[in-house]
Amino acid sequence: MRNVGIIFKKEIDSYFVSPVAYLLLTMFGLIFGFFFWNAVSYFVMVGIESQMRGGGGPMNLNEYVIRPLLSNVSVVGLFFIPMMTMRLFAEEKRTGTIELLATSPIRDIEVILGKWLAAVALYGCMLLFTAVNFAFLFRYGNPDWKPLAVGYLGLLLQAGGLLAVGTLISTMTRNQIIAGAATFGVCLMLWILEWVSGYETAAWAQVLAYCSVITHFESFAKGVIDSKDVVFYISLIFLGLFLTSRSMESLRWRS
Amino acid sequence: MITVEGLTKRYARTVAVDNISFQVQKGQIVGFLGPNGAGKTTTMRILTCFLPPSEGKATVAGFDVLEQPMEVKRRIGYLPETPPVYPEMEVSEYLSFVGKLKGLSGPNLARRVDEVSERCAVADVRHKLIGKLSKGYRQRVGLAQAIIHNPDVLILDEPTAGLDPKQINETRDLIKGLAGDHTIILSTHILPEVEQTCEQVIIISKGRLVATDSVHNLQNRARGAETVLVEVAPRDSAPFEQTVVQRKLEQVAGVSRVLLRDASPARAVFEVESLKDKFIRGDLARAVVESGWNLNELHTTAMSLEEIFLQLTGSEPAAAAAETPGEAQ
Repeated sequence: MRNVGIIFKKEIDSYFVSPVAYLLLTMFGLIFGFFFWNAVSYFVMVGIESQMRGGGGPMNLNEYVIRPLLSNVSVVGLFFIPMMTMRLFAEEKRTGTIELLATSPIRDIEVILGKWLAAVALYGCMLLFTAVNFAFLFRYGNPDWKPLAVGYLGLLLQAGGLLAVGTLISTMTRNQIIAGAATFGVCLMLWILEWVSGYETAAWAQVLAYCSVITHFESFAKGVIDSKDVVFYISLIFLGLFLTSRSMESLRWRS
Repeated sequence: MITVEGLTKRYARTVAVDNISFQVQKGQIVGFLGPNGAGKTTTMRILTCFLPPSEGKATVAGFDVLEQPMEVKRRIGYLPETPPVYPEMEVSEYLSFVGKLKGLSGPNLARRVDEVSERCAVADVRHKLIGKLSKGYRQRVGLAQAIIHNPDVLILDEPTAGLDPKQINETRDLIKGLAGDHTIILSTHILPEVEQTCEQVIIISKGRLVATDSVHNLQNRARGAETVLVEVAPRDSAPFEQTVVQRKLEQVAGVSRVLLRDASPARAVFEVESLKDKFIRGDLARAVVESGWNLNELHTTAMSLEEIFLQLTGSEPAAAAAETPGEAQ
């Protein structure tokens, strides 16, 4: 556990010493700010219209603002995740520092967990930006906090799974660009797999749709913790990290 | 301290290390010598548990590299060919990171960071980013990293590569200073370095062990026959002709070959080779003096490690000097 902490701290330092973290956080902050502004403006417009028509029940902030925004974050995350993981192992392999880690009295899995947790923590920082925006909703409105908390849990689980996949891909190459591009491709694929369910209901289509990370986020966005989706994300995390450790071991046998 | 038995490492198409066996005693400095691609780095990587051997057994401090890698890793310090440094870290930050990885903590860690930065002469740059350091400093940071946890065994892969002559001397002195408490294996293709730093030499070529012995024994063994330089000068009016002198020297018992190296009316220099295990210096001197010439100089030329190396590996050291990083890949 101590070793995981050492690697975690080193990775967090390297995210924040370089411009990587600031760049990602700024870009995400701008994009999310724009989403938020749009969602709230739309909410206000619809609200005014329904008042002018003199009717309509009370409108729900959770349903009109928070839910679509969380779905947006989930999709935007797909673009940011490759940038967080592409460096993790590819850089160590390129500069040879992997030899230091591999010859120190520390287990592979501790290195992997430290690095993966650092990436999850950086994603968590991104979510903090969204929290700043949502704070305004609580200041001027009265949304329910529970669905929001569930949504954050879902986002973290989803990102955890994709970051594990990214970590795995980063161990396979010494070129960061390849690692980043491949991770982006896989993330995108895991997103659009869900589309087949729109026109096909055969078993294979259901399997494909089930593999889509987006399908499993819908319930979280609604504020529902569905154990089926939790199990999916946790399995993805385990599978990703397990394969990463296999991949690291195979480096030794092949290199 | 280190035992290697029948070590073999095969890659997909090549055999990098082929059935190597050797032993290193505690406190020794051992030079690992071989031309480019001989398998030095691969052997070191196996000893540091970075690569598993295909066959054979290697133990460090009594622990097997395959079965108890954690115990082995705790006891070794390793400086790979390219120092494994993070350019975005400060020197002291990096050293304390490595110290923590090796299991140090608290005041002990801070003390060791101070000690090794002092010892490796990087204390003056401890707050600089490693990425901004020169190659020499980076190499020394790499060395400091290797000794931070005071390991029993130090494995240094070309510790002086890329340094300037002054830095090379300083690094050699540093390594010599570390012997005694540490068992050191260092690989190099610079032969004088081995002669100056190491007590024992392991020479490998094309993955095979060619020789393992002390520097002294190796020189003796390769020499076998001795080579003597003789400078003869005329005295008074005694007749002095090179051919005559040469014939005279050839007649001395035990001489196998006489070569004229330099000649002028005033003197002649010959290189005389003896037969194996013959002692000829006394007879040579007597032969010259009894013929009425002056014997200006007579000395044996020891075979340099370089010649031994060439003899054993049958390769050019000049080619080995152009070694590229990552030879084992």
